[in-house]
Amino acid sequence: MKRSKKRIIKTIVFEILLIISSLLIFAPILLAIIMSIQPPEFVFSYPPKFLPRGFFVQNYIDAFKIVPFARMILNSALISIFITLGKLFTGSLSGYAYANFSFKGSKITFYVLFATLFIPAEIVLIVPLFRIISRLGWTNTYWAMTIPFLASATNTFLMQQHFKTIPKEFEDAARIDGATPMQYFTKVLLPLSRPIIAGAAIINFTYAWNMYLWPMIVAMEDRMKTVQVAINMIMNAESSNNWGIIMAATVVALLPTLILFFALQDLFVKSLVGSGVKG
Amino acid sequence: MGRSVRTALFGGSSVRRKIFPYLLLIPTYLVIILFIYMPAFDALYNSFFRVSVFGRRRIFVGLQNFLSLFTDKDYLYAVNFTLVYTGTTVVISIFLSFFLALLLDQKVPGSKIYRTLIFAPYAVSYAVAGALWGFLLNPVVGHVNYLMRILFGIQTHWLTTRPFAAYSLIFASIWKTLPFNVIFYLAALQSVPSEVMEASIIDGANSWKRVWKIIFPLVSPITFYLVIMSIISATFQSFAIIDVMTRGGPGIYTTNLVYKLYLDGFRFQKIGLASAENVILFVMMMIVTILYFTYGQRRVHYQ
Repeated sequence: MKRSKKRIIKTIVFEILLIISSLLIFAPILLAIIMSIQPPEFVFSYPPKFLPRGFFVQNYIDAFKIVPFARMILNSALISIFITLGKLFTGSLSGYAYANFSFKGSKITFYVLFATLFIPAEIVLIVPLFRIISRLGWTNTYWAMTIPFLASATNTFLMQQHFKTIPKEFEDAARIDGATPMQYFTKVLLPLSRPIIAGAAIINFTYAWNMYLWPMIVAMEDRMKTVQVAINMIMNAESSNNWGIIMAATVVALLPTLILFFALQDLFVKSLVGSGVKG
Repeated sequence: MGRSVRTALFGGSSVRRKIFPYLLLIPTYLVIILFIYMPAFDALYNSFFRVSVFGRRRIFVGLQNFLSLFTDKDYLYAVNFTLVYTGTTVVISIFLSFFLALLLDQKVPGSKIYRTLIFAPYAVSYAVAGALWGFLLNPVVGHVNYLMRILFGIQTHWLTTRPFAAYSLIFASIWKTLPFNVIFYLAALQSVPSEVMEASIIDGANSWKRVWKIIFPLVSPITFYLVIMSIISATFQSFAIIDVMTRGGPGIYTTNLVYKLYLDGFRFQKIGLASAENVILFVMMMIVTILYFTYGQRRVHYQ
């Protein structure tokens, strides 16, 4: 009796702690959404208000006037989709090589790839990477923002790990049916890997959509910039020390990945953990 | 299945079969070599030269770039600030996320909703995190600024005064890195046998002690992994937070190594110097990577 009473008290305490901490953590996003749809009188009231009143769309209209925002959204979308597809393509091919074939040099090449696992080249190697991109004449192009990121060790390992879990019998059966290795890959292996591909896709998309420093540096012209960079541009635009407009831009930058996350949270978490700690 | 039978059934010659895996690797290695290994060597090479702005003229200066970095007060300051900023963010983020994961691991009603809300910052960018916290801490319109005033009597220009500019960045970084750590801790806790969890959490007055003595050590491989990942994100990814919130200021007060590299490489166009800075960052990165693979639980097993 005493024990179950204690249990109830514990549950209530945990519940309250969870409500407080989850609201505190989510509050910045929620407040940004609220402020983005409120007029300046509301945004600039003191003490600051928390609960929204009505719907004020002008902030979004203004954000689109200050910078070529529609074009920037398109840039971000194209770049992210291209990077996502590219990483899936290269990662599944190389993952297939390491999972299903034994070949000379597999060990050494694997370690060459392995060493780059944590390296965000667009930050850690930004100066030389920029020199290479300039020499190629790729500044202000989508190539600069996509080609260097079309492969990653993470994707290769994620795919390799998954392909290894698929029973060898499938491969043998395909072989007996006369399938070439490529046919086995496209007709059997990939269809069996849909969940892992979807998981890798959303992680890749989120990473690409959220890049900041690199797009800022290689896109000098406004029309080539991305939404993440737009936030800072709108912040700096003198006319708009208006936080309603800044928050409108911020909401546009955060909404696609947030919606993706809300819609596919379980897949997101599963693939993230799978890519990180799978033994 | 015999080798000859195998190749016969597989179609194509054995030569083709031998070449095939290498073909599969080409796209990945093209990217890795051209855009990671080549720039790494380029930075190493250029770090020994003084390069003119347009890169046409270069003078070999040996270790001069490195020497001038290590005698440069601003650079040493950036090293120091990076250590403080990263260290503080990582330690707080790790402990807070472990605590949150323990809470989320309890089977209480609505835990799915709490999970979603707490994980949400994972999906947003570092630039967004900077913008959100820049807003919350704004001395005129910011909600956190207001609460800080009401609750603690702190009234300041958060982003432009010392030491508050550093605190502001740390708030934003912790907020942004927290969910990643929570997600991994939660996964780790779920693999701890439920009897151990039950006994540690529900029983007795010293359950807190048990959490630290039993559960925390059980998840230590994950802690190690998360410390490494948090160091990387707080050092390298936090550029966007700094750029949006403080621009490295006031003065150079919040300039970390990546921000300094950005200034030297792209604002002031000191290619040789920036290459040397880049080499140092790259070496730091390699040290972290090697540390991880030497002492960490193997993340990927090669077979």
